[in-house]
Amino acid sequence: MTSAHETPSGIDIFIPPFYDWFWSLIIVGILALVFLKFALPKINAVLDERTAKIEGGIALAEKVQAEAADAKAQTEAELVEARNVAAGIKDEASSDGAAIVAEAKAKAQAEAARIVEAAHRQIEAERASAVVSLREEVGGLATELASRIVGESLADDARQSRVIDRFLDDLDAGLAGKAEATDSAPASSGTEPGQA
Amino acid sequence: MLVRLVVMAAMILFLWLAVRKAKVVPGRLQGFLEMGLDFVRVQIVEQTLGKERAKPFVGMFTVIFFTILFMNLAGIIPFLNVAGTSRIGMPLVLALWVFVTYLVVGVRRHGGGTYFKAQLVPAGVPGWMLPIIVPIEALQLFVIRPLTLALRLVANMMAGHILLVLTFVGTHTLLFYSEAAMVPVGALTFVSGFAATLFEIFVAGLQAFVFTLLSAVYLNFSLEESH
Repeated sequence: MTSAHETPSGIDIFIPPFYDWFWSLIIVGILALVFLKFALPKINAVLDERTAKIEGGIALAEKVQAEAADAKAQTEAELVEARNVAAGIKDEASSDGAAIVAEAKAKAQAEAARIVEAAHRQIEAERASAVVSLREEVGGLATELASRIVGESLADDARQSRVIDRFLDDLDAGLAGKAEATDSAPASSGTEPGQA
Repeated sequence: MLVRLVVMAAMILFLWLAVRKAKVVPGRLQGFLEMGLDFVRVQIVEQTLGKERAKPFVGMFTVIFFTILFMNLAGIIPFLNVAGTSRIGMPLVLALWVFVTYLVVGVRRHGGGTYFKAQLVPAGVPGWMLPIIVPIEALQLFVIRPLTLALRLVANMMAGHILLVLTFVGTHTLLFYSEAAMVPVGALTFVSGFAATLFEIFVAGLQAFVFTLLSAVYLNFSLEESH
């Protein structure tokens, strides 16, 4: 043990004297006890809180990122779905259009056929009436001509009617080869010249 | 001083333990170290130099701060019982590092002529006063700043060491080698030793802070545009 009065030599130069390390050991020991018992838990709490804060921050950032990725994926999925729906609507519309066009075409064809039919019928009717009026006229002319040729002998109504009928029947027989729709004409035309 | 080697070994061990399993989310030891590093970076260097200009010097000031802090704390550790900074060698080396750094940075930034003129000839001083002012400024720049850095630290730590030794010797002598009547006085010196130890812990941190802060301020003089 070195006393305070001696000058140390040898290895003692590097080793603190007994009083020095002994008393500082006691004091630092007491300080260490106090520190470990009271200060350290608080410091550890602060450090743990710091760790928790950093962990929480990182976790939060990851969560936010994941949520953003989710939202993006969802948006894309919705977009794809919307595109599919749009394509479906487009297909439907074009097939509908084709159907409508086909229907319109069919209708138009039917209409055209109807119009043609009506026109035919009208033409037929007009022809029939033309035949009737022609017969009347021809009958009248023939009668007049015959009465001029034959004179008053044909004034008798019954005879006149018979002659005209016979004449027209011959005429009809000649016409029948060209038109068959005038079958009923002799009956009606038989009376009309008589009245005229 | 053997103490310096021991402290250096302790520092390396501490850093290795704290950094060995370094992760993004720090554990307790790493968190403690990070708080210390943040303190130097934010409270000392960035506050003084500004965030952008501080960047290249954060490492240097961190080394200076923690070296001084650990060396200072050796003064109260049993079996070491003396601060590594209580002899002029170490403070002088650190002060010279700062000194050379602020000169080199100043010359590099402004060019030799501009830098020394800005430092030695304060703007707005009348011409006839320059023969007095320039030597004072030169003394300030080349001697006083680095020397006071080193002397302040060594004097504080030496005084702390003497104070501790005094109370320990007093306690020892009064309790074991004196009359029984002196035992209460010995108890008093023990309490004083306790108080002095607490005070030395405070001083260890304070002097590390002051040294680092003043170094940053001196460096800032070299980075300033003009005075």
